[in-house]
Amino acid sequence: MKVIDELLAQLPFAGIEQKEKTYSVSVPKDKLRETAEWLKNNPKLSFDFLTDIIGMDYTDSLGVIYYLSSTTFPSYIITLKTQTDDRETPEIDSVHDLWLSADLYEREVHDFLGITFVNNPDMRRLFLRQDWKGYPLRKDYDANPELNPIPLDNEDLNDMEDMPFTEINLEGERLEQHRKLFEEEDYVVNFGPQHPATHGVLHLRVSLDGEMIKKVDPNFGYIHRGIEKMCEAYTYPQIPHLTDRLDYLSGTISRHGFCLAVEKGLELEVPERAHYIRTIIDELTRIASHLLGWGCMAMDMGSITAFVYGMRDREKIMDIFEETCGGRLMANYSVIGGVMNDIHPNFQKKVKEFIPYMRKMLKEHHLLFTGNPIARGRMEGVGYLSKEQAISLGATGPTGRASGWSNDVRKIEPYAAYRQADFKEVLRSDGLTFDRYIIRLDEIEESLRIIEQLIDNIPGGNYAAKTKAVIKLPEGEFHQRVEGARGEFDVYINSKGDKFPYRVKFRSPCMTLVNTLKYIAVGTKVADLIMLGGSLDYVVPCIDR
Amino acid sequence: MQTGDFKDNEYLDEYVKELRANGVNIAIAKLDDLINWGRSNSVWPLTFATSCCGIEFMCLGAARYDFARFGWEVTRNSPRQADVVFCCGTIVHKMAPVLKRLYDQMAEPKYVMAFGSCAISGGPFKTSYHTVMGVDKIIPVDVYIPGCPPRPDAMIYGMMQLARKIKMQEFFRLPKQPIVAAADDLKNSKETEKGGEQ
Repeated sequence: MKVIDELLAQLPFAGIEQKEKTYSVSVPKDKLRETAEWLKNNPKLSFDFLTDIIGMDYTDSLGVIYYLSSTTFPSYIITLKTQTDDRETPEIDSVHDLWLSADLYEREVHDFLGITFVNNPDMRRLFLRQDWKGYPLRKDYDANPELNPIPLDNEDLNDMEDMPFTEINLEGERLEQHRKLFEEEDYVVNFGPQHPATHGVLHLRVSLDGEMIKKVDPNFGYIHRGIEKMCEAYTYPQIPHLTDRLDYLSGTISRHGFCLAVEKGLELEVPERAHYIRTIIDELTRIASHLLGWGCMAMDMGSITAFVYGMRDREKIMDIFEETCGGRLMANYSVIGGVMNDIHPNFQKKVKEFIPYMRKMLKEHHLLFTGNPIARGRMEGVGYLSKEQAISLGATGPTGRASGWSNDVRKIEPYAAYRQADFKEVLRSDGLTFDRYIIRLDEIEESLRIIEQLIDNIPGGNYAAKTKAVIKLPEGEFHQRVEGARGEFDVYINSKGDKFPYRVKFRSPCMTLVNTLKYIAVGTKVADLIMLGGSLDYVVPCIDR
Repeated sequence: MQTGDFKDNEYLDEYVKELRANGVNIAIAKLDDLINWGRSNSVWPLTFATSCCGIEFMCLGAARYDFARFGWEVTRNSPRQADVVFCCGTIVHKMAPVLKRLYDQMAEPKYVMAFGSCAISGGPFKTSYHTVMGVDKIIPVDVYIPGCPPRPDAMIYGMMQLARKIKMQEFFRLPKQPIVAAADDLKNSKETEKGGEQ
C-alpha cells in the first residue's frame, strides 16, 4: 500500500521486505524501541494492535518478532524484527508501555527463551515454575527429566510474588532489582487452580479491600503441555492433532488455521468443496462453543437450567460431527489439502433440520435468561472495557466487538468460503458484561445465516487435493489468521525446508482475555470476578499451550 | 451363649426358618453388602477437569447422558466432601503437587479414575518436557478410561466398573492409607538425593 511504503522509507536503518500484505521491518537492537514508538504513534500509520510477540532462536542468535496490525488498515501486517547475538544475557528493550498486551507476551518470550526485556517491571516466568532449569524453546535445551523432576511440593507463594526486573536508569546504569507484587498489608485470596469457575486450571491471586477487588494477578502454566516445542519434532500432517487440543471448544477452527498456513507455504490449490465443508464445520463449531460459553456463564451466575439447555442444543451439533467427522469434541477433520473424508449422506439434511431448531431455541434462551431481571441486574453496568483499551490489550473476538472494535478476521481477510456468504459483523458499543453476553447469542444467529447460504451450494468434486507422501515446506515464514470462537487465532510457521518446522507459534486469543480481566475486574465485587470470567469466556489450555 | 457360638451362624438360619414359618418376611445379609450397595450408588465426584476431557465430563453431567441416574451427580468442589477424583485431562509438572494435595485432603475411602489417554500415560503429549506421564505416577488409580477424549458412554462404563469394585470391598477392613508404589519411589529417590547432597 502506498502510504505504508512511503512512510517506511523514512526508516534508513531498517531492512524492509514486502510479501503481499505483510511488511517485514528488520531493525538493529538499539533502534527497536524507537521504531516501535514511531509505528504506534505515527498518526498516518497508527499500528495500535500488537497481535503477538514471537521469540525466536536462530541457533547463533536470539530474536524477537513483533506482529503489528493497524485499525486503520486492518488487513496489513508489519512484522518488526530484531536480533541479539548475546546468548548468555540477551536483553531487548521493553515495549510494555506502548501496548498493554505486550506485558504478558514479553514474559512468555522470557520464559521460553530467556530474553530479558529491559524496563519491563515484571520479569517472572509466565508458564513454568520459577525454579525451572533451562529455557525450553532454545534449540540447545536439555530435556533430561532428571534436571526438572516432577515436583512434590506446591510452588512457594513467595516465589510467585517476587518480581525481578532489569532497568536502565537515566544515567545509563543497568540495575537488577526485585519488587513485591502485593503490599504487606494487602489481603490476598487465592482463586484456583482447581476451581470449576475458572474455566480450566487458572490460578488468580486477588487482593481485596473488603469485597472490592484491588488487584488481580493471573498465574498460568497449570496445563502447559509444551505444544510449540513438540511441533518442532513432528511432521506437518502430525501437528494438526495437537492444534485441536489447544482451544478444544473451537478445535476445528485452529486446525483449519494451521492447514491454511501450510497450504499457503505449499501453494496448494484446495478444492472449493473442501473450502465450503470447512466453513460450515467451523461455523457449527462456533455455535457449539458459544452455546457452551453461554451456558457456563449462566452457571457461573447460579443458573444451572441454562447450562443444561445449552448442552442439550450442543449435543445436536455433536451428532452431526460424529456422523461426518467420526469424533465428537475432537473432530480431527481438516487435513492439509482438504478434509479427512467426504461428508456423510445425511449431513446436509441434518444441518438443515438444525437451523430452524436452533432459531427456535435461541428465542427460548432469550426468554429464559436474557430477560431475567436478576441476570440483567448483575450484568448491566459491570465490567466496562473501552474500545481503546480493547485494541491496546488485543482483546479480539466477541469481547472486542462488544466494545465496538471491528476485528472479525472473516471480514478483514476472508479465507475459505467466507467471501461467498453474506453476513454482518455483529458490533456493539457499550463494552459492558451484558454486551459481551448478548453478542454471543447474536453471533449464533449470524453463523446460522452463513450455514444456511452455504449448505445447499456445496460444489461437487474432490474433497481433498492430493499431497505428496512427505510434505516439505519451502524455506520461509508463513502466517495465517483465522477467527476462532474467542478471537483471532494466528499460526506462524518458520520453515528451513525440512519435513519438520523450525518454529511454530500459535497466537492464543484467550491470553489477552485473561489480561483484560486484570483491567476490568479492578473495583468490582469479588462475586463479579467469576461472572466477568464467564463473559470473557477464555479456555485455559489455549493460553498455556 | 458361649463365646465360640459367635462364629457359628447356624442358629441364625434356624431363627429365619422359624420366623418365615410364622409368616414374617425376613432376609439376612452382611452389613458390608448393605453399606457397599449404598456407597456404590452415591459416589460424590470432585470436579477436577484440567482440559478437553472436562468438556465431555460436562456432557456427562448434562441432560443427555445424565449421570444422576446412577446417583453420582453430587459434584463437589471441595475435596473434603468428595469420594472420587475424576481426573479429566493432562497433568503437568506444575499441576502435579496440586493434584497430590487434593488427593491427600480427601477422606477415606477414596478412589481415582483416570479419564483419557493423557491421564493414563501422557497420551498425545508423551514427548513433552512438561507433562506427567500418567496420574498413576503421583496417586493410585482405580479405573482407567481410554479415549481422547473418552465418550460420555465410555465414562459411564468406567463408572460402572468402579461401582463393581466398591461392591467387592470389605468396608470395615479398608486400609487406612492406600499403598502408592510410584509416589513412594519418587519420594525415596528424592530423599536419597537430598541425603547425598548433605
